[in-house]
Amino acid sequence: MRREGSPFQGVGAVAVKELADNLSSARMFVLEWLIVLTALAALYSAIDSLRQTTAQDPFLLLRLFTVNRAPLPSFVAILGFLIPLMAIGLGFDAINGEHNRRTLSRILAQPIYRDALLMGKFLAGLVTLAMSLAALWLMVIGLGLIFLGVPPGGEEVARSLAFLVIAVFYAGVWLALAMLLSIVFRSAATAALVALGIWLFLTVLWPMLAPAIAQVIAPPDPRYAMLGLESPDTAVWTQMLSRISPNHLFSEAMVAVLSPTTRTLGPVFIEQLRGAVMGSPLPLSQSLIIVWPQTVGLIAGTIVLFVAGYVVFQRQEVRA
Amino acid sequence: MTGSASDIVIAARDLTKNYGGVNVVDRVNFDIAKGETFGLLGPNGAGKTTTILMMLGLTEISGGTVHVLGNDPARAPLQVKRRVGYLPDSVGFYDHLTAVENLAYTSKLMGLRSAERARRIAAALARVRLSDVADKRVATFSRGMRQRLGLAEILVKQAEIAILDEPTSGLDPQSTIEFLGLVGELRAEGVTVLLSSHLLDQVQRVCNRVALFQSGRIVLMGTVADLARQVLGAGFVVEVEADGSSLDRRLAAIPGVTGVETLAADRFRMTADRDVRPDAARAVVAANGSLRRLSVDEPSLEAIYARYFQSHTGETQGARHAA
Repeated sequence: MRREGSPFQGVGAVAVKELADNLSSARMFVLEWLIVLTALAALYSAIDSLRQTTAQDPFLLLRLFTVNRAPLPSFVAILGFLIPLMAIGLGFDAINGEHNRRTLSRILAQPIYRDALLMGKFLAGLVTLAMSLAALWLMVIGLGLIFLGVPPGGEEVARSLAFLVIAVFYAGVWLALAMLLSIVFRSAATAALVALGIWLFLTVLWPMLAPAIAQVIAPPDPRYAMLGLESPDTAVWTQMLSRISPNHLFSEAMVAVLSPTTRTLGPVFIEQLRGAVMGSPLPLSQSLIIVWPQTVGLIAGTIVLFVAGYVVFQRQEVRA
Repeated sequence: MTGSASDIVIAARDLTKNYGGVNVVDRVNFDIAKGETFGLLGPNGAGKTTTILMMLGLTEISGGTVHVLGNDPARAPLQVKRRVGYLPDSVGFYDHLTAVENLAYTSKLMGLRSAERARRIAAALARVRLSDVADKRVATFSRGMRQRLGLAEILVKQAEIAILDEPTSGLDPQSTIEFLGLVGELRAEGVTVLLSSHLLDQVQRVCNRVALFQSGRIVLMGTVADLARQVLGAGFVVEVEADGSSLDRRLAAIPGVTGVETLAADRFRMTADRDVRPDAARAVVAANGSLRRLSVDEPSLEAIYARYFQSHTGETQGARHAA
């Protein structure tokens, strides 16, 4: 049976209102400054080391994103860590907040479907994150121009734009997760704690657990171990398991997009390198082909989590 | 029934809601006519709010049907929600927004154009006497002001039916009177009002008809006078203070009087199924007595409610165990 009217009626109104709320909220302000300051520190050390070491590099601008100097991680690594925090901060009280403020039934008594509320909130969150990331991206390019004095080439800009797009989808996964939790848990504090728990698990614990589990599934071959090499089976399993974490997908994609010399993200066999000119950069299109599976993985994760939240929300009782 | 079939704006037939095997609303039937003020009464948890949510399509209907303005809220919820205003139990607003901004948001969701929006919001805020705090944050509003803001939302919508769920619970007497006055204005404009409450005295003050809910069922429905006759046995209690010879017999002889109680030598209490004050006055005059006081006690919903639950508690508990 078809329902009457469009499920998108009211999405615009919800999105505009939520966007205004997001941009003016104190929470957003704190998160923004946290990210800007950490990123500035990473960039400063990157610029510093680039000035001293690199004389000839066709991709000087991209180095800004990826170069790290102890003790600070690179700009991209910091983003991989902090984007989820920002997305969780925006999404953890999306629906349960309306419940607790007792605004939900009043809003849903207006001529809109529940779809509009959920979608409007998600879009507003994603736009907020995209705006912040775009601002960061401009900051990097601007600082690069000022301190390195090298204008970015067309391919560099294109690659850094690819970085921006993938980062937005990476943020989308975490935003969808946070919103799902905000629907499942009636208390905003519980939703936030669970989201942060998942975030810590996937970014800190999972990279350590994945190799251990891989060794259980595919025990290392002693012949490889004798040569001091990793067994191919174990390595493949480690990589497969690591990719469960969106954080890993994001960092893989960043490596391929921002370091043009990256030819593959998995283990390499000698025959695959036949005819390759080592150390020479790949064209952008080839790099994009390498990161395509990671990007699709992030988009799919966003959609799956959003749909899960949608289904739960449709079946939920509105009364407090 | 008060109206003809074409005047019926809400019609529920065997409406049922089941949560985990328990019918929280159990085969409820009622018709509400256009322009009527209908009260849903009953203790908390009796199924009033669930019934309301089913009428708005905000919760699934487990069985039976309900039609609101000719539409099925489960199939055409937008049609229903466009024409029905809802003030939920302890309504909430976005505290960081002003009164106007809150109304602007919901009126955008209603699909109103910006000029129309501004005009209707200003008019509605004036009606509920919130114009001077229109640009203040709702965080500073008292409970009574929030309820009035919720009513303003219904005015902005120009709803044909206003559904108010426990609108006066937790309000101080002054705000309650003010709020009920506004409800009276709505009713005077021909808006059908559905009011749920457990505060009987207020319901009696504003409602034409009431339905008494008990564990998911409507156990009594009708005008307050009807219910009084059903439950208390008589609709009116008239007190007469007069002297004269054998007044008690004369008063008892008035048609419609079901009993006369002598309170003192010159005070009598009569129970009757209609307002018998004119006849009582005539009887006193006919007996050459002097009439000093003649008063009528409106049947109170409170008395009906208390009496009903007194006489039915045992019975319904038995029924519940059987179910």
